[in-house]
Amino acid sequence: MSTVLVSPLKPWRPTVKNLLPEILGMVFTAASTLFIVSVTELKGKLGFAITLILMSLITTSTISWIRRDRKAAVSSVSGVLVFVAATFVLMPLMSILYEIIRLGFGGLSWGIFTTDMSKTSADAPIIEGGLLHAIIGTLYLVLFATIASAPIGFLTALYIVEVKGKFAGSVRFFVQAMSGVPSIVAGLFIYAVWMIGLGNSYNAIAGAGALTILMIPTVARVSEEVLKLIPNDLREAGLALGATQWRTVGMIVLPAAKSGLVTAIVLGVARVAGETAPLLLTVGGSDQINFNPAAGNNSALPFYVWKNYSFGSDQAVARAWLGILILMILVFFLFSVARYFGRMKDGSR
Amino acid sequence: MTTTLPPVKNLPSARVITTEPRFSDKVFRGVVTIGGLSTLAILAAISLFLAYNGLEIFISSGLGFLTGFEWIDAIPEENLLASYGIGAMLYGTLVTGILAVIFGVPIAVGSALFLSYYAPQWIKRPMVILVDVMAAIPSIVFGLWGYFVFMPHAEYWAKLIHKYLSFIPFFDMPAPVFTRSPFIAGLVLAIMIIPIVTSVSREIFAQTPLDRIQAAYALGATRWTMIKAVVIPYGIGGVIGGAMLGLGRAMGETVAVYTVLNLVYDIRIEVLLSAGGNVASMIVNKFGEADGVELRALMAAGFVLFLVTLAVNFIANTVINRTTRKG
Repeated sequence: MSTVLVSPLKPWRPTVKNLLPEILGMVFTAASTLFIVSVTELKGKLGFAITLILMSLITTSTISWIRRDRKAAVSSVSGVLVFVAATFVLMPLMSILYEIIRLGFGGLSWGIFTTDMSKTSADAPIIEGGLLHAIIGTLYLVLFATIASAPIGFLTALYIVEVKGKFAGSVRFFVQAMSGVPSIVAGLFIYAVWMIGLGNSYNAIAGAGALTILMIPTVARVSEEVLKLIPNDLREAGLALGATQWRTVGMIVLPAAKSGLVTAIVLGVARVAGETAPLLLTVGGSDQINFNPAAGNNSALPFYVWKNYSFGSDQAVARAWLGILILMILVFFLFSVARYFGRMKDGSR
Repeated sequence: MTTTLPPVKNLPSARVITTEPRFSDKVFRGVVTIGGLSTLAILAAISLFLAYNGLEIFISSGLGFLTGFEWIDAIPEENLLASYGIGAMLYGTLVTGILAVIFGVPIAVGSALFLSYYAPQWIKRPMVILVDVMAAIPSIVFGLWGYFVFMPHAEYWAKLIHKYLSFIPFFDMPAPVFTRSPFIAGLVLAIMIIPIVTSVSREIFAQTPLDRIQAAYALGATRWTMIKAVVIPYGIGGVIGGAMLGLGRAMGETVAVYTVLNLVYDIRIEVLLSAGGNVASMIVNKFGEADGVELRALMAAGFVLFLVTLAVNFIANTVINRTTRKG
């Protein structure tokens, strides 16, 4: 006997008859836009975009008005408008990514990872010199900012979620507000404390101090979300076994939240790695490799970009784009790491 | 004969049951509390140090520091007294911030609606990631892109607006210089605040009660009438809060504005003209050669900026929290 496979009917699927007006509408929109652009005064990309949006609005609303009623026409107009809004969001992003690759790719060579700018003038061809000093500076800044902000961020999250102290609500509120503190203010604050108050000079530690202030809110908020996701059963099980709160948090909650806490740090690093304004007031900027974070001017990738942008010659601007390319590769790498750890947590559950 | 057990000598006393935490827990709670409160301490320290360093200026200039629009160093040889005022810069910060909100928020809310109610799953997932990516782009990238790539386009748009709408005073033009204007700075800031406004709005929309949405559809609502009747009344507070968060970000932005805005110490209403102000950029601009009194004036400017952005953020977060908490 042969088995009969029953293929399920899908009555909600649009048939050719349903799709026909929409396809015709698209064709009409495209054709009329091309016609208007070629005949009338509206020229160039801007004219084309405006005509396209207007024509698609007119076409879709007319079609739905004829097929159904006025309310359907309004609804389809709203559909076109939100689609246009989403396109407007993606266009600058695509343009930014495209220009970074187009303008930065030409400068890539192995030399940039092995030399600094101490023996190269900013006018020299891009093949000379490199940005090793900036990479080392950024690594120092990120390392020290992480060392300082991770404990504070984690403790803040623990205070809000585990201890639930008297001020938990206000701490949460202030951490939210702190994430909106302008980066330049963090730089000014470190300058007021570190340079004016304590009489030190520019160095990498000062820059890391400014980045710490910007990194704490991100670390605290992400780890707070992560700790809230840990089921209460785990905590109750720990307490029922006779563990103290310290043991419950240290041996059950934190290990369960480990990958999420790594995500929190990585997102924090991604947030501060590209900060420029506070570094302009704190690290001093230097053209040569400085391995000592506690003394002497240091550099950083954003600072390198800024310096070359300010110099303004063609070669310097090419260097700035190269610096941006390296910076974006770093940020995207961190971002993917954060997503990887974030997804790992979902998968194990 | 009965044998009696010998009397027990040390009877164990009943275990004391107490809610008093152990010593280790006390230490734990103490450490965590100190860590948690240190964020408050940092915020307090920021305002104290900036206020202390700017105190001299606040005393000598008084309210004139907020309203004056001159930034002149003292020249002892010519008996010229220093005069510092950030009025023009504060006004410029507000103008560029509001322009950013006007340009950015409709687009951000529209795309949040698109992601929540219009987009099919296969578009939604990657686009949410792309918006997150956009939020992670450092501001210096926006600055350079804005200056080298975006400004030529925006200049052309500004010329078009001027050509057809110059009867409106905002779009009037005393001198034909269209680059580095508040209009262009507002557009770049709008692009920068779109990700945060989009994600806040999307989170609010996602919390709209599903039964109300389904009820609207069951009554025969189209997609747009459903949004108008259910989603917008529910989420309007959160969207306003998100817009204010964006305003706070836009007002505190430094590097991106520095590259696309020409700082001029004057209050003008023509947004297309190449003259504007921004407190944060002004601080970077003046910091290089500042010393002594001017440095203190910059600290005072930073303090004002800190207070303004903190206040905007406070209001925004209060509005958002109130919206998300209600049923």
